[in-house]
Order: sequence, then C-alpha cells, then structure tokens
Amino acid sequence: MSDVKGRVFKYGDNVDTDVIIPARYLNIIDRAELSIHAMEDIDQDFVKKVQKGDLMVAGQNFGCGSSREHAPIVIKESGVSVVIAKSFARIFYRNAINIGLPIMECPEACDKISAGDEVEVDFTGGIIADKTTGEEFKAAPFPEFIQNIIKAGGLLKSIAEEKK
Amino acid sequence: MSMTMTQKILACHAGLDQVTAGQLIMADLDMVLGNDITAPVAVCEMKKADPNAKVFDKDKICLVPDHFTPNKDIKAASNCKMLREFAKNQEVTNYFEVGKVGIEHVLLPEQGLVVAGDCVIGADSHTCTYGALGAFATGVGSTDMAAGMMSGKCWFKVPPAYKFNLTGKLPKYVGGKDLILHIIGMIGVDGALYRSMEFTGEGVMSLSMDDRFTVCNMAIEAGAKNGIFPVDEKTIEYMEGRAKHDWQVFEADEDAEYEKVFEINLSELKPTVAFPHLPSNTRTADEIGDVKIDQVVIGSCTNGRISDLRIAAKILRGKKVADGVRVIIIPGTQQVYMDALREGLLEIFVEAGAVVSAPTCGPCLGGHMGVLASGERCVSTTNRNFVGRMGAKDSEVYLASPAVAAFSALEGKISCPM
Repeated sequence: MSDVKGRVFKYGDNVDTDVIIPARYLNIIDRAELSIHAMEDIDQDFVKKVQKGDLMVAGQNFGCGSSREHAPIVIKESGVSVVIAKSFARIFYRNAINIGLPIMECPEACDKISAGDEVEVDFTGGIIADKTTGEEFKAAPFPEFIQNIIKAGGLLKSIAEEKK
Repeated sequence: MSMTMTQKILACHAGLDQVTAGQLIMADLDMVLGNDITAPVAVCEMKKADPNAKVFDKDKICLVPDHFTPNKDIKAASNCKMLREFAKNQEVTNYFEVGKVGIEHVLLPEQGLVVAGDCVIGADSHTCTYGALGAFATGVGSTDMAAGMMSGKCWFKVPPAYKFNLTGKLPKYVGGKDLILHIIGMIGVDGALYRSMEFTGEGVMSLSMDDRFTVCNMAIEAGAKNGIFPVDEKTIEYMEGRAKHDWQVFEADEDAEYEKVFEINLSELKPTVAFPHLPSNTRTADEIGDVKIDQVVIGSCTNGRISDLRIAAKILRGKKVADGVRVIIIPGTQQVYMDALREGLLEIFVEAGAVVSAPTCGPCLGGHMGVLASGERCVSTTNRNFVGRMGAKDSEVYLASPAVAAFSALEGKISCPM
C-alpha cells in the first residue's frame, strides 16, 4: 500500500534554500503566489512541469542555508509529496516536519533513482519503490511522535489535536 | 557521565541532571527571536493555531525587522506593519523600530539581551552567533518560533560535538572570518551536520569578542546546530554593564566526549576567501589569482561590528577605491554607526569613495542596498555565496574578511594583505 506516487525531480548535493526560494521573493506572504518561484534559480522548468504527488530526490545536505520556512512551504505547495535525500540540513529538517512536508533519508535510493522515474512510497514501512526500474529501497521510518506531527499536517495542528 | 558545554546548558534548561547525545528533550527558552522575513509567518501560524494566543513572556521575545528595512517595497512595508501591530498588541518589550533597529545578531549581544548560559532560538539561521557568549543558541523556522512564543519551550535532539582546539595567535590582518572560512574549507558545508562545534584551547584568549561572534555566526555554514566558546575574562567584561538578565557560566567536563578533535594553530592561518558558490570553496591568499570585481560589501551579522569597520578604515584611510568598484559599508547597529561616526571612520569611508548605509541585512541576501546584476562579482564580508544569493543567478559572491574586502576595494580585484 503506497501513501504517495509520482514522478521524480532529481537534484544534486547542497541544494540550498536560496535556490529553493530566492530571498527576493520573501516579501510575499501568500503561499500560492510564493510557490510560483519554487526552485527558480536551479530549475526553471520545475514549476511548469511539477504535478501533484511528484517526488524530489537529491543528494547530501538538502535545504542548507537560511532558516526560511518558505523553502519547505513552496515545495509542499507546488504539490511535491515527499523529498528523499541522502541527508538534510538541520533547520530544513525541522521545518519540513513542522509544516507537514514528508521527508526521508535514503542514500541508496538517491544514488539509484533517476529523474523522471515513477516512484511509490509507503511511509509507515519506509518503503521506496521505483516502478520504472523495479527496484525497492528501505528508509528508516520516523519515530512515532514525528509521524504524528506529519500526519496532523504540522506541529501547531498536532498541538491543537492533542488539546482536543 | 560527562557532558560537553552545550549538553550542560541543554540539561539545565530541560531540568535534567544529565543528557546524552541523541536524547530528545524539551527545554525552557530564555529568548525567542524573529525578523521581518520569518516573524510574520510565525505570527500568522500563531493566530491560525489560536486567535487569542498570548506570548509566554513579553520580555523574552525579540522582534527585529532588519532584513528588508528601511522598507524596500510595499510588500516589505506591509510585513513590518503587521509585525509592529503584533508587538504592540502583545506588549512585546524588545521590538526595534527603524532608528533603533540593527542587524539582529549584532544587536542582541550588544543590548545584553542574550548572555552566557542562555538557551535561545531564533527564526534566523545565524542565531548560532550567540555561542560566542557561552550561550546555546540555534536557528529554527517560523513554526518553531510560533510554538516558542506561545509556550516558551522548544524540543531538541541533544547534539554530539566536535572540538576545535585552538593554539597560537592570529597574524596581523587575519581575523575570525579567516579562521571560520579555514574550518569550513577543511570540513565542508555539512562537515558538522547536527553537531555542536565547541572551540577551546589557549588560543581562545587571544580572540576578541568580535572575532568569536564571527566564528560562531558561520557555524551553520558547516551545518552545525551551534558553535560555542568558553566564558573567559573577555566574555565577562563584554557582558558587564549591558546584560539585561543574570548570566550563568557552564564549562565542558574535562573528559567530555567529542566525536572528533581538530587542532588549529592560529598563527599558521592566512587570509582566506570562499569562492562561488559554496562557503567551503576556500582558497588562501596565495591561491587566489586575478579576480576583477564590481562591488565590495563590508557589513552583515558576520562582520558588521566596530572592530570590522576599524580594520576597513585603517586600510582605506587617505586612499581612493578603484575606478569602477562600488563599495558599500553597513554598520551593524545604530551603536556601531555612532561609534564609527565619533571615531571618524565614516569620514574615512566617504572620503575614499564608499557609501555608508543604515544598518540592514539588505544586500547579503539580495534584498536591497546593493543587489548584483548578471555577471557581476562582489567581495563581501557576509556569510553565504550560494547561486543568486546577492542578486542575479549568474552573479558571483566571494566571502572574505573586512581586511581583504578593503584591500580589494582599493585594487579593483581580490587582494589580500600579505
């Protein structure tokens, strides 16, 4: 049973928050307007091509640089269902969980999955299945409290649900 | 079990006798910081979560509109207006209006709002600067800031640590910037991912507080959770007369566990420049070659303090900047501006053909006050040289110390004091 399914956009190491969403747009609060500029300085075609459910696969230290939460926000807003990387920069890692953007660390998958592949992901089991090549990979699943934050759609929503 | 300096501060703020690397803890916060980019998002999130929410402690929130101020456009002005109204409604003590505002990480230590032993989060990645005071300080996003403002708490995974043992003394014209660029060049932009960088050794004593701020400021550029210096006489002297609350001195246990120990002899360091497009892409003075430049920026949370401006003024005094080079000097706070004014530094800059700006982050993140056009090159005392960081995506940023920046301004190409 897969939770998400889509095509892969592939990037390299050290994808920084300045290329995910350049600072010149950080005066924009509206999320839909902001996300028009997602990945603009690294991949001009991203916004034109991305469809709901698509995945991002990248190398090491994804999301390094600024603390701007706008970075995971524009990725989530553009329809990306999960970011799989070899490793994540620590502030991006926190921010992604806090806003409810699923992320996974799986170096093997990042080496073997190619741009454009059809990939399905099962979050509970941490299973990443490349339907184009038929290969399967396993990522360490998140601890339960972090899974609950992502399921609730973010930290503040999960706090609100706990209070109910 | 022994603990690092960082672990001791975290244990104390979590109400625990002992913590170990990897442990998840909930810690009490002494200060929660946000700026005009990140705080508006946090305020919206806070209102969404609870329209009647109040901040946990009006004295423990700092709202510093420093990035796109003085307001660069209508959208930036609207964000600042929203922040101003929030600060007023919530009676936030430490809201800084234009005229009082400075670059957050220069301003908070200067105003004594963060001190040794504090546990601080800021919705800005360079919040790690305050480690120079012997505090635990780390950058977070807007949602963590919102939760911090509401609850006064934040969860952390207790970090393992790397130790940087410093010996010797920095040569003339080599500063904290060269030291941290050297380290990032050595270990890479994710070299200390999730870890504390603890600086120690007899070499610490020779580093000024401003050098220590610069070093801790760029700990994030090695991926670290925090950077931290031990508290010594210089730290105490700095805090005396400005601390707004009591400080507490923590020391790492002598047998604390470090995953790696790096030995650095300060006297062997050379002026160091990070070439595009990563802070780890460093070259020393003798490896730079002929790189012509269009702009020089001296300022930022990394190098916008008075000692940075003094070095630049010493080099620019009585000289003229090279034809075709735009030199922009940005004092970090109103106090730095006033000190530079009284010491005659501003006159030296203007006489040399540089412009002096109001305190702002401005050009560092391609906001305003010196954005780069396509193909342009800038030597900057800031902290990031990613693609498009200061403007057009095919512009180039070279990170350097104030000394290298000032020499480069005179020569029209990257030049190091030898």
